[in-house]
Amino acid sequence: MNPSELAAQAEATARRALELAEQARLAAEAAALQAAPVAAAAEPFLFLLTIFLLACFVGYYVVWNVTPALHSPLMGVTNAISSVIVVGAIMATGLAYSGVATAFGFLAALLASVNIFGGFIVTRRMLAMFRSKKG
Amino acid sequence: MATTLTTLAYLVASVLFILALRGLSHPETSRQGNVYGMIGMGIAVVATLLKPGMSAGGIALILLAVAIGGSIGTYIATRIQMTALPQLVAAFHSLVGMAAVFVAAAAFYAPESFGIGVRGNIKASSLVEMSLGLAIGAITFSGSVIAFAKLDGRMSGAPILFGGQHWLNLGLGILLLVLIIAFVGTGNGALFWIIAILAFALGFLLIIPIGGADMPVVVSMLNSYSGWAAAGIGFTIGNLLLIITGALVGAAGAILSYIMCKGMNRSIINVLLGGFGTDSGAAAAAGAGDRGPVKAGSPEDAAFIMKNASKIIVVPGYGMAVAQAQQVLREMADLLKKEGVEVKYAIHPVAGRMPGHMNVLLAEANVPYDEVFELEEINPEFADADVAYVIGANDVTNPAAKTDPASPIYGMPILDVERAKTVFFVKRGMASGYAGVENELFFRPNTMMLFGDAKKVTQEIVQALQK
Repeated sequence: MNPSELAAQAEATARRALELAEQARLAAEAAALQAAPVAAAAEPFLFLLTIFLLACFVGYYVVWNVTPALHSPLMGVTNAISSVIVVGAIMATGLAYSGVATAFGFLAALLASVNIFGGFIVTRRMLAMFRSKKG
Repeated sequence: MATTLTTLAYLVASVLFILALRGLSHPETSRQGNVYGMIGMGIAVVATLLKPGMSAGGIALILLAVAIGGSIGTYIATRIQMTALPQLVAAFHSLVGMAAVFVAAAAFYAPESFGIGVRGNIKASSLVEMSLGLAIGAITFSGSVIAFAKLDGRMSGAPILFGGQHWLNLGLGILLLVLIIAFVGTGNGALFWIIAILAFALGFLLIIPIGGADMPVVVSMLNSYSGWAAAGIGFTIGNLLLIITGALVGAAGAILSYIMCKGMNRSIINVLLGGFGTDSGAAAAAGAGDRGPVKAGSPEDAAFIMKNASKIIVVPGYGMAVAQAQQVLREMADLLKKEGVEVKYAIHPVAGRMPGHMNVLLAEANVPYDEVFELEEINPEFADADVAYVIGANDVTNPAAKTDPASPIYGMPILDVERAKTVFFVKRGMASGYAGVENELFFRPNTMMLFGDAKKVTQEIVQALQK
């Protein structure tokens, strides 16, 4: 085998290697593209779940500290704040992608508002009654 | 408002909600806590209204909804009687449940609003969360409506039982799960509404077998459900504020349910299966004969004994609330205090129709909260009390809970009124309490029965004290 043949062969091998590398890169890209949505779907859920569980623990410890005498106001307040669901109603109505959704959002906002105002006001009434011997 | 700012506003609102609950650890900090809650809600609503892409028409609609709903809520909350608090709370829970159903529906018809897909092609994970929020919301709604009707006397508080009830509920529950799986697979709109209807039916069926006096547990449980429903919707639309608040409320309701169950020494399953407290007042009357004589006294006798006592513990129960006797009870206490008598109040965890109801009623009658004590605090004090004045309570004082393993209330923590030198029972008759158990205390030599309406008897004592 003479040097020029050797050089030609080396060049062909190099070109082949380059082609293979290019193929590997495309395959990797395709794989990454396929993997991305899976990761994107799983991670936000895990993120939300983390927040949810931590909030459950916060709720647990905070609520055990509530004095039994104030359990009724506790219900009033939790009632009012659970109506924060109004946020979903506002988005459905305000972003208005569909008439039906706007209608449902409107109704949800109405019901939640009854609760927000009612819950906070009745709690305030209750708490205003709790006075000590001195006061 | 940019998305980052909205998220930050939601974070602030979440913290304020936590502070609102934190404030309830003491009456003095609670009022400030409630204000934190209001501010948090205000921030959440305004931040959402300022989100990019909100249409002017949409905002106008929302403001209209808030104006109408807010007026109704304010009107009801400022006029409601404190005795009617349990049914009010039940009614409010039903609204949260229904709002969750509506928001789930809105998310189903306009998923674009929440970035979870396009109509007819919603992400499977969002469909799971949506159907859970929908089902829990619907159960909360119909369950709360029944609880409201029972508490408000619009339907009988007696448990409604029929054969195969629990199997029917189990079957419906399984069917609901199957439908949810089918819904997630297909995203079919008809299935959405079938799930809603089935969950409404299930909520209804779950609460009807539960008796009126078990309502403190039911109300707490529905409080918890309303939180889980909000959290479910939060997951659906990917909103942290809803998730955090839902978790807080869910945890609060669960703890209250636990405390209520423990106050009756019953498991949550036992309460939910229902049927407890079917009316059996006749049994007590029949058993009275072989117990020896019952000593009945007059209000004048009671006034004389109490005037000469040095320490009196008042034990109020639901009967006091029914008779609206709290105001005159406080008048009695005031007169006794003028005579130099020490007066304290003892509250059983399940007194009344919702957790803490008795405390609110006493507070409304201007009883200072530092004269009102919980079971564990006050029980050691009965031994050195001269008089226990039991008004409208029965089962929570029955020593059978400590001594008779065959009794349905065995193991229930009770107030040790029998240790007081003299026990007064203000009662309309000899009928047994909710649990249908005879109270042996009625027949003890140191017990004096004051027969009559709680308010009338206490009023007569007040008149006798004024002489």
